[in-house]
Amino acid sequence: MRQDILNDDTLTFAEKIISVRADGAEKVHRPGDITVLPVDLAMAQDSTGPLAIKVFSEMGVPRVWDPSKIHLVIDHSFPAPDEKVANLHHLMREFVKKHGVRLVEGSISHQHLLENHVVPGMVLFGADSHTCQAGAVGAFATGIGSSEMAAVWASGKLWAKVPESIKVNLTGQFKKGVFARDIVSHFIGTVGEDGGNYRSIEWKGPAVKDLSIASRACISNNSMECGCKLSIFEVDASTQEYFRSVNRKSMYEIHSGSKASYKDEYDIDIGKIIPEVAEPGNVDKVKEVGEVEGTPVDQAFIGSSTNGRYEDLVVAAKILKGHKVKTGTRCVITPASKSVFEQAIKNGLAEIFLQSGAVFTNATCGACVGTHLGVLGENEVCISSSPRNYIGRMGSITSKIYLASPATAAASAIEGKIADPRRYL
Amino acid sequence: MTAPSILKGRAWVWPDDVNTDIIIPFRFKARTNDPVEMAKYAMYGFDPEFYKKVKAGDLFVAGKNFGGGSSREQAPVAIKYSNVAAVVAESFARIFYRNCFAIGLPALEVPGITKQVKQFDEIEVNLQDWSVRTRDGSIHPALKVPGFLRGLMQEGGLVEYYKRHHNFPWETLETKAVAR
Repeated sequence: MRQDILNDDTLTFAEKIISVRADGAEKVHRPGDITVLPVDLAMAQDSTGPLAIKVFSEMGVPRVWDPSKIHLVIDHSFPAPDEKVANLHHLMREFVKKHGVRLVEGSISHQHLLENHVVPGMVLFGADSHTCQAGAVGAFATGIGSSEMAAVWASGKLWAKVPESIKVNLTGQFKKGVFARDIVSHFIGTVGEDGGNYRSIEWKGPAVKDLSIASRACISNNSMECGCKLSIFEVDASTQEYFRSVNRKSMYEIHSGSKASYKDEYDIDIGKIIPEVAEPGNVDKVKEVGEVEGTPVDQAFIGSSTNGRYEDLVVAAKILKGHKVKTGTRCVITPASKSVFEQAIKNGLAEIFLQSGAVFTNATCGACVGTHLGVLGENEVCISSSPRNYIGRMGSITSKIYLASPATAAASAIEGKIADPRRYL
Repeated sequence: MTAPSILKGRAWVWPDDVNTDIIIPFRFKARTNDPVEMAKYAMYGFDPEFYKKVKAGDLFVAGKNFGGGSSREQAPVAIKYSNVAAVVAESFARIFYRNCFAIGLPALEVPGITKQVKQFDEIEVNLQDWSVRTRDGSIHPALKVPGFLRGLMQEGGLVEYYKRHHNFPWETLETKAVAR
C-alpha cells in the first residue's frame, strides 16, 4: 500500500507524504482530510519553548515521549541580553536536565536542524513559523504554537489537515545582482501575505537544479511570509549529493505525481526578476529596487534564518570588500549558525566585514526580532535581509523596515541609503 | 472551565493582515512566561495603551488573515488575558488559528463580517450555533470547523482537556480518506 501511494501519479507532495506517514493509515488522503502524524523531530526555541514547558508542566505529564527527538534551541536572544531572558533560558536548561532532551545554544534552529538532523521524508513540527524551511530538502516541516508543542512532547503525535497545493514553475537564469531572496520576494508580492495560507507550495521547473540547497532553504523559509503550511523542493541530484556529503539517509524521497491537481499554478522566469525590496509594514508591498532607491537608512541588517547562510555572507563580503559603511549608518551582520560563523572567520569574510566598518556578531536571530544586537529606535529606518517588516518588529513601533536580499542590504550600507547592488557586482 | 455559549460584548474592529508582531512584540513576549504580563502588551503595535482601554467581555472583529507571521502563542494568550471573549475574523492565519483552539480562545471565521460591524457595536457570538449576531439582529454563520476542535475550545484548551481526559482530542479521531 505504501509503495502504491508513493507511485500514485495523481497525488501532490503533501497528499503523498501525509498519506504515507499518517498514523496507521497507509491510505490516500486528500485536501481537507484531518490526519494524525507521528513526529520524527520536534523543535522549540527560546521564545516558544518556555511557554511549552509551562504548558507541559500544567498538563501534569510525567515524562516526554522520546527525548532523542526533542530539540530545544536557544537562538532568538543568544547569549541572554538581560535578566528576564536569562531566567527563561535557565528554565529551558533545567527542562533539558530533567527530561534528557537535546539542547542547542547559539545557532538558529532552522539552520542547525538543516545542517545536522533534517532528512527527506521526515515529519518535523517546530514551535517557530519558519520551520517550513526544511521543506527545501523534501521534509514535511511546519510551524505550530507552544501548547501543541507540549502535546507533541507528551504523545509524539499531532493532527494535521491535508493542505491544497500551489505549484510554482521556475524557468530562466539569474541575472547579475539577483538572488533566491528576490525570487521569493517576487512571489510573495504576487500572491500576497495570505496567498499561501493553509497551502503547500511546490517549487518546480528547470531552474530548480541551479538553486543551491542554501538558496532553496532561503526560499522555503521565506515562503512562510505568504502563510504557507509547507514549502517544498523535491529531492533531486543536488539534494542527494548534499545528504551524501553529510552522511545522512532519506526516510522517503517523495515526488508529486504528474497528474496531481493544484489550487493555483504560477510561472516565474528568473531572468526577468531584478532586485526586489518590500516596503515597510507588509511583506507583500514588493517593489523593484529602483522605486525605493535613495531612501536613507540608519541600519543595514544582513542575517536571520532567511538570509544568514554562508552563501549570503559571501555575497555581502564581495560587495563590502574595499568599501566603507557610510558614516551615520550601522551595518550589522549576523550568521545563521555557529558553523556559518566559523566558515566566515576561517575564509576571511569576517576580516572584510570588520574592515568595512560593519559589526559581525555571533549567530542568533538578534536584530530580526528586535531583541538585541541591532534594535531600532524611534523613526529609525533599516534595510534588512530578515523575513519581516511588520510594525515594531525590530524595535520602536515608529521605526521602518525595508526587506531585501543581503546584496541589496550590503550595497545600501555603503551608500547609507537604499542602493542597487548591481553596481557593486 | 466550559465557556458560556453566548458572548455579548462590544466589538473592537481591526483591519486586514493584523500580524502577531502587532498583537504582541517579540521583545515583550520573549521576556515573560506570565499571561497576565503578556496582556499588558496586547495590540501594542497599534496602541501601547490598549490594555488600559479594553474591558472584560469585549470582542474582536477583524479583517482577513488575522494573526499572520510568527507562531507565537503569546499572541492569542495576550488577547485572552485581556479578557477579550472571542475573536471573529474574515479569515485567520494558519498557526494563530490552531493556537486559539489550543488555548481555548473562541475564534470564528466569518467572511464579510467587517462590513457588518462598526467600532464598539454591541454584538453577540454564539458558540452553540457557531455564529455572530450583529447590531441589526442579523445572524452571520461562521465557517464550520471539525468537531474535535470546537470541543477542545469549549473545554478551555489543551491543558484543561488533557487534565480531564488524559489524552488529546485528536488521539481518538478516526482518519478517513475522502473519495473524489
